[in-house]
Amino acid sequence: MSAFIAVLRRDVLLALRRKAEVLTGVFFFVVVASLFPLAIGPEMATLRKVAPGVIWVGALLASMLSLGRLFESDHRDGTLEHLALSPAGLSWLVAAKILAHWLTSGLPLVLLAPLLGLQFDLPVDSLVVLMLTLLIGTPVLSLIGAIGAALTLGVRGGGVLLSLLVLPLFVPVLVFGAGAVESQMAGLGIEAHVSILMALLLPAAALSPWACAVALRIALE
Amino acid sequence: MSLTRLEVDRLACERGGRPLFEPVSFSLCAGEWLHLQGDNGAGKTSLMRMVSGLSPAITGEVRWAGVPIRQCAELYRAEMLYLGHTLSLKDDLSALENLQFASAVSGESLDEASALQALTALGLRGREHLPLRVLSQGQKRRAALARLLTTRARLWLLDEPFVALDPGAVTQLADLLSQHVHQGGLVLYTSHQTVPMGGTGHHLRLTAP
Repeated sequence: MSAFIAVLRRDVLLALRRKAEVLTGVFFFVVVASLFPLAIGPEMATLRKVAPGVIWVGALLASMLSLGRLFESDHRDGTLEHLALSPAGLSWLVAAKILAHWLTSGLPLVLLAPLLGLQFDLPVDSLVVLMLTLLIGTPVLSLIGAIGAALTLGVRGGGVLLSLLVLPLFVPVLVFGAGAVESQMAGLGIEAHVSILMALLLPAAALSPWACAVALRIALE
Repeated sequence: MSLTRLEVDRLACERGGRPLFEPVSFSLCAGEWLHLQGDNGAGKTSLMRMVSGLSPAITGEVRWAGVPIRQCAELYRAEMLYLGHTLSLKDDLSALENLQFASAVSGESLDEASALQALTALGLRGREHLPLRVLSQGQKRRAALARLLTTRARLWLLDEPFVALDPGAVTQLADLLSQHVHQGGLVLYTSHQTVPMGGTGHHLRLTAP
């Protein structure tokens, strides 16, 4: 447990020391979500209609930006070898790294989303649903993305390969995340969408660290 | 003392379908060191990585206390400290933070006072809180070697530990290794330099097939 906390603390600390990397994703999200209302025009009905989709796509792309760095810097300076030789077990420590990645790249998006949603004239109820779906959905993006990052570690031009690998897997999260907000605005319940998002989150949380650890061990050989 | 015994049995390594070196066998008991020699590209680092368990052995076997290391990975990792070419240090963290992090990952808790003491002993006094990227290569290596003063691991696997150190630090490190061996530890290290070491030990040269 202490090794888990040590890795979590270190990764958050490193993210705070290299603020530019964290801010890139957040800034990208803000810019994308702010440019759409300007481009589409001030018609409220249209804006409300596209809002969930635009914000979700922005969040998805923003969280992809930082994926490549998840294991890359640890691989370069040798700390990944050290993690692989820890008696605590690599998958446990990888789970800490993924959690740190979500805290520094996913959580800021969740917190910013309602503010950006206001630009699309979303009602308060819809903003709450938007935040809720992002809160469940962005960890799934980090968990699935981590598998892709581990598989493409050390591959030249791995960034393109990473996007090709994980984007299809991100689609269900996008569909049900944006879908929940739309169905709330249409007056339908959100339970079905949220249940499906949870059904994506739980197996991802259980299996992703283990899959990453296996992929990282192969990369280290 | 079969409990602390490292056995390497006919270990071989391939690169691009070609064997790197003649199969190697040796055993290391508590209180012994082994100096691994070989030309550039002879496969010293590959051998160290196989002994540490980072790379799987293609042929041959590594045993700790008589058990293959794949079967007792958790125990073996708790008893072993591997220090590779890349120092496993973060440039954005200070020497102190790096040392405390490395200890925590190895499952040892290290309070700040003992960490500072170890860094002082290696001549990093006054630089404990600077980010590593402003330190010199030799100072970074000293920061990595501070692990040796605080670890409880008995088997030390050191890949080129003397590189980039000044003569004083080389002597200090050699003393540290000798002391560990005297206390019943095991040291396996690679180096192109022949540094006088106390205690029992021998040299092993990797030969191309």
